[in-house]
Amino acid sequence: MSNNPMLSLRNFSVSFDTARGPLYAVRNIDIDVADGESLGIVGESGSGKTVLSRGAMGLLPKRAAHRSGTVIYDDHDLSQTPRKELREYWGTGMAMIFQDPMTALNPVRKIGAQLTEGLRIRLQMSKTDANARGIELLNRVRIPDPAAVMEKYPFQLSGGMRQRVMIAIALACKPRLLFADEPTTALDVTVQAQVMQLLSELRHEMGMSMVIVTHDLGVVAGHTDRIAVMYAGEVVEIAPTKQLFANMKMPYTEALMKSIPRLDSPSGQRLPVISGRLPDPTQPETGCSFASRCPYVTDKCREATPPLVEATPGHSYRCWFPIGGSR
Amino acid sequence: MAGSGKAHLRNNENVILRVEDLTMEFPAGRKKVVRAVSGISFDIERGETLAIVGESGCGKSTLGKAILQLPKPTSGSVNFQGQELTTLNKDALRDVRPAMQMIFQDPVSSLDPRLTVAKIVDEPLKIWERGDELWRSKKVDELLNAVGLDPALVRDRRSYEFSGGQCQRISIARSLALEPLLLICDEPVSALDVSVQAQILNLLQDMKERYGLTLIFISHDLAVVKAVSTRIMVMYLGKVCEISAPDELYSRPRHHYTHALVYSVPIPDPNVAARRTTLEGEPPSPTDPPSGCRFRTRCPAATDLCAQEEPQLHEVSAGHYVACHFPRN
Repeated sequence: MSNNPMLSLRNFSVSFDTARGPLYAVRNIDIDVADGESLGIVGESGSGKTVLSRGAMGLLPKRAAHRSGTVIYDDHDLSQTPRKELREYWGTGMAMIFQDPMTALNPVRKIGAQLTEGLRIRLQMSKTDANARGIELLNRVRIPDPAAVMEKYPFQLSGGMRQRVMIAIALACKPRLLFADEPTTALDVTVQAQVMQLLSELRHEMGMSMVIVTHDLGVVAGHTDRIAVMYAGEVVEIAPTKQLFANMKMPYTEALMKSIPRLDSPSGQRLPVISGRLPDPTQPETGCSFASRCPYVTDKCREATPPLVEATPGHSYRCWFPIGGSR
Repeated sequence: MAGSGKAHLRNNENVILRVEDLTMEFPAGRKKVVRAVSGISFDIERGETLAIVGESGCGKSTLGKAILQLPKPTSGSVNFQGQELTTLNKDALRDVRPAMQMIFQDPVSSLDPRLTVAKIVDEPLKIWERGDELWRSKKVDELLNAVGLDPALVRDRRSYEFSGGQCQRISIARSLALEPLLLICDEPVSALDVSVQAQILNLLQDMKERYGLTLIFISHDLAVVKAVSTRIMVMYLGKVCEISAPDELYSRPRHHYTHALVYSVPIPDPNVAARRTTLEGEPPSPTDPPSGCRFRTRCPAATDLCAQEEPQLHEVSAGHYVACHFPRN
């Protein structure tokens, strides 16, 4: 072990070929995830957050997705590693909880078979051992009567239960880094709270690093150490969670925050919205990518692209005229 | 919870829809029955927005559909503008339907991918033979404008070319084509991003004012309904727990289930979020609901009485009704 970060992305970009030319989904990302850290990646649909996490794990189809830059996981450069060898890192090193628990599970295989698959193949466990461990995992994600659930099919379980099964599968081989892609979006508010709490507890128990990808700042507020806000394929602000909420600098972060419906806001009032849409990812623009929707836009924002600059230790943002001044 | 009772029903000429003892059961094989909705009563006054809130499986969507007689409820009464819908024959029911429209949860799959946007919005007008072609075309443009879409740009495109938020706008335009009195929105924003959610919620408010609509807003998220509703009904496992105006409900939830729901809404503040409490366990199966109060298996205040006797809705303060033997203070 070294003091280097668990995962380190440098100048990481992903583009796809489309009929209208290359689509730049993720552009020049530099992100580190420290050992044991929980990082939130927040942005709207189409901001590139899912492509970023799948790209970092090497899960994107090689033919369609063009990756550039480096992905360093635990001192190994994965960007050059062939797919066959990448498999060695999946499950035991990095694992992912996928967005939609309804479709991510195989509908015609029993929960037990899907849960123990990784244990049998990656850890070469015997069937009996894998089964015992499977039951233990289901217990751990607080599924009542785990032995019975092992024999069930996904359609026999509720959405919350299926998401727990997904978590158990991702945790089966004790990964050191867990990606959770919108882990609670498909779930009810009550179940959402349970699942987020469960993820936090498991992270502490197992000493994992975690990357939570979501569109809802409210979901990650209490469960992350740091948050990166993404817009149009770029990181536009990154800061320790408390620092970000107390002192957000990027107008986009502020707009995202304001659009969350809150219980303590007065009822019957219009919600603040972010007008306009994300820029077309096939047409690289000049100037700040948020300029067309920003309430504080100036001529300078339309002409020159602001760089991502670390203004105070650990807090970087991409804006010429940050909220609260400076730069 | 999980009470029956009709203490909360109002009796005045502004009531546009009155539902009494509505029950919806589905056969589940081996002589089992899913009791999706068990004896629910409520009413809505003209111009109100009633939010129906509860977890997945509490029967809120089934209730919304049962109002439209999709399918006909097992028992109970649905009175819309003085007309009893449950006893109407097929043709008479069809004549009532334009006045009641619905918006569905998944905006993308509820639009026909083979039709252009203009045809989607025009379809109800065409079926009901409203006006001539020219009038209908103007009406479609007016509706698209109203929901914030530029007719010139969107008319000839198809639904797959649009984002989720835009599809939901198209679906709202379609639902307004026949100028309904009552619009039932079934989780209209739960498939959308936070930033787009706010846009659609604002749009629904605007449409309500512009077209004089009465809304039923079905959702699992109390924070979302707060902005739009004038009255909130909380459901659990096919029963009503609590009915109140929103501000009162949020500041002083009396039912233990409502309290748990309020406290599971994520708060975008890292200092607060760490001490949230959550509801343990899963709701029991609706094929075999608990005796007495249906929430008692997960309720922190449950006693023997809760297992024996079903609590009835009673008024705890003006306009605030709760079905619980031991309401919170």
